[in-house]
Amino acid sequence: MPQPFNKLTAIAAPIMRSNIDTDVIIRIERLVGNSIRGTLGKWAFGSLRYLPDGSENPEFILNRDPYRQAEILVTGPNFGCGSSREGAVWSLQEMGVRAIIGSGFGDIFFANCFQNGILPIVVDEAIVDSLAAEIEATQGAGRVSVDLEAQTIVSPSGKRHAFAIDPRRREGLLQGLDEVALTLQRDNEIRAFQAADRAQRPWIHFARKSA
Amino acid sequence: MGEPGRTMLAKIWDQHVIARVSEDTDLLHIDRHLLHDLGGSRGLLDLKGRGLKVHSPELTFATPDHAISTAHGRAGTSKIGQELLATLRIETSASRIQLFDVDQPGQGIVHVIGPELGLSLPGCTIVCGDSHTCTHGGLGALAFGIGSSELTHVLATQALIQRRPKTMRVKFEGKLPLGITAKDMILALIGHIGAAGGTGYAVEYAGNAIRDLPIEGRLTICNLSIELGAKMGMVAPDEKTFEFLRGRPYAPQGETWELAVSAWRQLPSDANAIFDREVVIDVEKIIPQVTWGISPEHVIGVDGHIPDPESIDDPARRAAIETALEYMGLKGGAPIAGTPVDWVFIGSCTNSRLSDLRAAAEIARGRKVAPGVRAWVVPGSENVKRDAVAEGLDKVFTEAGFEWREPGCSMCLAANGETVGPGQRSVSTSNRNFVGRQGPRARTHLASPASAAAAAIAGAIADVRTMGC
Repeated sequence: MPQPFNKLTAIAAPIMRSNIDTDVIIRIERLVGNSIRGTLGKWAFGSLRYLPDGSENPEFILNRDPYRQAEILVTGPNFGCGSSREGAVWSLQEMGVRAIIGSGFGDIFFANCFQNGILPIVVDEAIVDSLAAEIEATQGAGRVSVDLEAQTIVSPSGKRHAFAIDPRRREGLLQGLDEVALTLQRDNEIRAFQAADRAQRPWIHFARKSA
Repeated sequence: MGEPGRTMLAKIWDQHVIARVSEDTDLLHIDRHLLHDLGGSRGLLDLKGRGLKVHSPELTFATPDHAISTAHGRAGTSKIGQELLATLRIETSASRIQLFDVDQPGQGIVHVIGPELGLSLPGCTIVCGDSHTCTHGGLGALAFGIGSSELTHVLATQALIQRRPKTMRVKFEGKLPLGITAKDMILALIGHIGAAGGTGYAVEYAGNAIRDLPIEGRLTICNLSIELGAKMGMVAPDEKTFEFLRGRPYAPQGETWELAVSAWRQLPSDANAIFDREVVIDVEKIIPQVTWGISPEHVIGVDGHIPDPESIDDPARRAAIETALEYMGLKGGAPIAGTPVDWVFIGSCTNSRLSDLRAAAEIARGRKVAPGVRAWVVPGSENVKRDAVAEGLDKVFTEAGFEWREPGCSMCLAANGETVGPGQRSVSTSNRNFVGRQGPRARTHLASPASAAAAAIAGAIADVRTMGC
């Protein structure tokens, strides 16, 4: 069940390289297992964050203060493209990320964020660039505010930017709604659909395996 | 002027709406849910942890592919891989879900077995916890990858809440030149519109070059939709589709078959349907494609030169190319052909079907893998493996010095520990040349099966057209 999201004022880290895929966010071998939740935070951005000998890469932004405390990422185009692995979102969440501002995201990653109470915000590339520039100008000290209710971002210098969001997604995040529980309330409709569909498209509906 | 026609996406979508959730978002029925060993066992455990049951186990199918070893006898499957497989067996059995287990006909990469078994059908909705689920769109299905939370949602409800995507039609026109394959067509498209060109869209591939493609080629095209940024890709079903599906184990039979085919004939987009975006590609200009960088959009013709960052004015683009070249250990401006390789991988949900193996075998036949190159052939499924063996392809490969392995995802994503070594260079028929995709610091060049085989023989990236394809 996702945690609710309302508003947040926090350190923000610009990670502006384009096409950062979910393989780069979390490597596959960290995801092989039945109980991986809670183990992923230290492996987020592993190939960027650590050198081949396992030590921290001092060049990588999230290894520098104050960005280590970042709860907001400001990202380049097509962040989270590629694999559907939800572990990418879990790993970011476990390292403290709660909102991501970018000009575009991989479709599946974008959907996975909402499922976990992380707010992905799509704004024009010019706004992303200006936020990144302002953050860098304050060496990360300038905080960014995100208000989901008001649908606004406030930059370190106080510039306000409105953002659009699917009203259903917004409501779900504000309340921390559990989609599975909500859909199960409509189970009568699902079963009615299946019964009608079985008559129309019998090739779709197989018999159940017996015990 | 009448009403605009309907797209295939709209027709399939509307048929699956259980309830409207908001203006552009619906609760959709899911006709087929495919589970694999990496996400499937975890999803079933998650469901159990919530005290819920699988809603429609008869529409859910499972197979191990990601974490199992592809060595003979499955030797070398890690402890954790064995644990995932054991969980998948226990939980599918408890929930009465059909499992296609190792060494059984039916086992294989989920996106190979769905079409092969006739589970994937035109007009049906298919999901799987894997982004390459778009592959099944090659049969005219609405198929897409989902994350773990949505996977649990489908297990619990056999439905999913989805926002209707925008529509894009890509027309591939012209006659495909000799030596050019479906893989080259889709890589050329990604190079043309970029790795985010399809974000937010469902892509329909059309045009006479698509109609001319056999079904397995259409599956390859749709497979790389996600590398275009599109969650869904599809091709209208036609007589080839019906012939491909006829007689497959889970395809309808008898009167139901006739009923199904007449329904499937209604699916193609109407002639006057309007798409949000249209792209046209002239396939006659395509030459064999190979990637040089760390995104599938970093792609050029095999006779081309690696981009030179010095010649790029835009600082962000220049920096991106420099980063990619540094990772790949390549020099800007150099020709891509002749780049020496250490590994060749022929396999994955993109290119591991019988026609792919035949195309690679044609190049390998009577030749030898270059000294110092390790070359693997990993068939996409147990059935593909058996069919290939029946026509002697395994012999062609092993005599040429390739290793012939058991079906699975293997080195495409290296979830089972089968990796390309750090700093080593691989030509791969898979779908992602991401940083570390085939192993930490591994360098991947994507190409077609014939081009990959040519690289194995030459010991370097090579133009397959010079090798008698």
